[in-house]
Amino acid sequence: MWLEWVIKGFVLCFVLLTGFAYLTLYERRALARMQVRVGPNRAGYQGLLQPIADAVKLIFKEELTPARVYKVVFILAPVLTVVPSLILAAVIPLGTSFMLGDREITLYVANLNVGILYIASIASIAVYGIVLAGWSSNNKYAMLGGIRSSAQMISYELSLGLCFAIAIIMSNSMNLNEIVFAQRDMWFAVMQPVGALVFMIVTLAEVNRAPFDMPEAEQELTAGYHAEYSGMKFALFFMAEYQKMIVICMIAATLFFGGYREFWFLKDTFLSVDQNWFLGPIYLLLKVIVLLFFMIWIRATWPRIRYDRLMAFGWKILLPLSLVLVFVTATGILLAQELNNQLYYYSIPVLSIISAIVAVAFIYRDLRRKSNGRI
Amino acid sequence: MGVFDPVIELTRGLGETLRSFLFERTVTYQYPEVKREVRPRFRGRHVLKRYENGLEKCIGCSLCAAACPADAIFVEASENTDEKRFSPGERYASTYEINMLRCIYCGFCEDACPTEAIVLGDNYELSFTDRRQAIYTKDSLLEPVPASEMLTPRKVDSGVFTRSVPEMKDPTD
Repeated sequence: MWLEWVIKGFVLCFVLLTGFAYLTLYERRALARMQVRVGPNRAGYQGLLQPIADAVKLIFKEELTPARVYKVVFILAPVLTVVPSLILAAVIPLGTSFMLGDREITLYVANLNVGILYIASIASIAVYGIVLAGWSSNNKYAMLGGIRSSAQMISYELSLGLCFAIAIIMSNSMNLNEIVFAQRDMWFAVMQPVGALVFMIVTLAEVNRAPFDMPEAEQELTAGYHAEYSGMKFALFFMAEYQKMIVICMIAATLFFGGYREFWFLKDTFLSVDQNWFLGPIYLLLKVIVLLFFMIWIRATWPRIRYDRLMAFGWKILLPLSLVLVFVTATGILLAQELNNQLYYYSIPVLSIISAIVAVAFIYRDLRRKSNGRI
Repeated sequence: MGVFDPVIELTRGLGETLRSFLFERTVTYQYPEVKREVRPRFRGRHVLKRYENGLEKCIGCSLCAAACPADAIFVEASENTDEKRFSPGERYASTYEINMLRCIYCGFCEDACPTEAIVLGDNYELSFTDRRQAIYTKDSLLEPVPASEMLTPRKVDSGVFTRSVPEMKDPTD
């Protein structure tokens, strides 16, 4: 019995570690193509061995520990960043289940009935690693990076939580398996497109990706919180960031894009996961790849947002918007169920798109005020 | 500026990167396999030129060494004889060394040379693993002879190669 979980856990960790390695290659190649370059294509066929070369290099690099750092915390911080990003994936369902002999093997590590709460709590633990790294480095740039990271996390986690709430309301469950199952007829991204969009924006801030990569803004903070790290300790931070990208894309896919399920209109065909269990992980992988492409695409396009505007955007735009979205979703579903009229379901996307337009108008007003010099 | 302008501009930016991702050809040269043509006035590794008859242009005058701001060039001259002739005129460079670690590729040596013997060529692939290797000697700098019978030193008739600097047809050249 316990052996099954051990094996699943190992497989999941292995998948994430390999995924991280190849995500770096994916990002470098895609980014290069967007910048009309080729990217790494030397090691192995089309650069497929590049992650291995990078890993070997990072492992054998000299590891410096600056003289006046707080050693225990300095060494602990990378670990504290990596572990949450690995265990986050435990509750995400990767597929339905298959029979091995007479045993039913389910494609998730844990079936928590409060899966979303687990994700919300573990995701916020990761920021401790970053803050502690910044603080223990005894370096003002690293310190600033850590502080920025914590402030950013606090501001954006509220909207993240509210986006979780949207999915919870729509599926009437906190269990990720049930959330995925609730999307068999319709993805939540179709019901609540703005919710999915806000979720994607917030996750960008949550994993410190461009244009919200303030904690590691090279131009201002050298490398931010990991300025003093080198060798494998630096690689751990790198690893954590990219694993979090993968995991957060998995979460986004699970909450809004049907998880491991097929497109809703393929429900009764042979492409459905109900008929072929092995399609589940494949669908999830494809969705993750597409979502990751969006992250890379945005990184290649948009400049970094200024720090005060980042905060203003989080508190003044995203938080009210996601509150409105929760309200709209809840009202729409309540009305549809109480009055037994399916038509009210359609009010959810319509009203949320209207609220998004209002939010855009607010951004515009904000920008115009700033350019006129009246704050 | 309309209300949606910020959103439209951001989307246009995304479209631009997507367009280059999908359609634009990369500008990268796959370097060791494909080499970029250098410009005509590119200043690469030095080459010591020869005349068409195979004699070295360098006469060992050390003007390049004097002109060199980085003091990278070392020249030692010896006497030519008609029995063993390297270059026209009285003297030739018996030692010619350029320290490539010092050279800044300014091209002053080119300008200083009265016989246009030293030219900055198009070779930019200089690599060495220690300081000794960085000193390029005359053997490595000298251009190969046009044909195998024109090697230097060679025995020549006396009284032919008396001028060390060639006569110029147009003095303003």
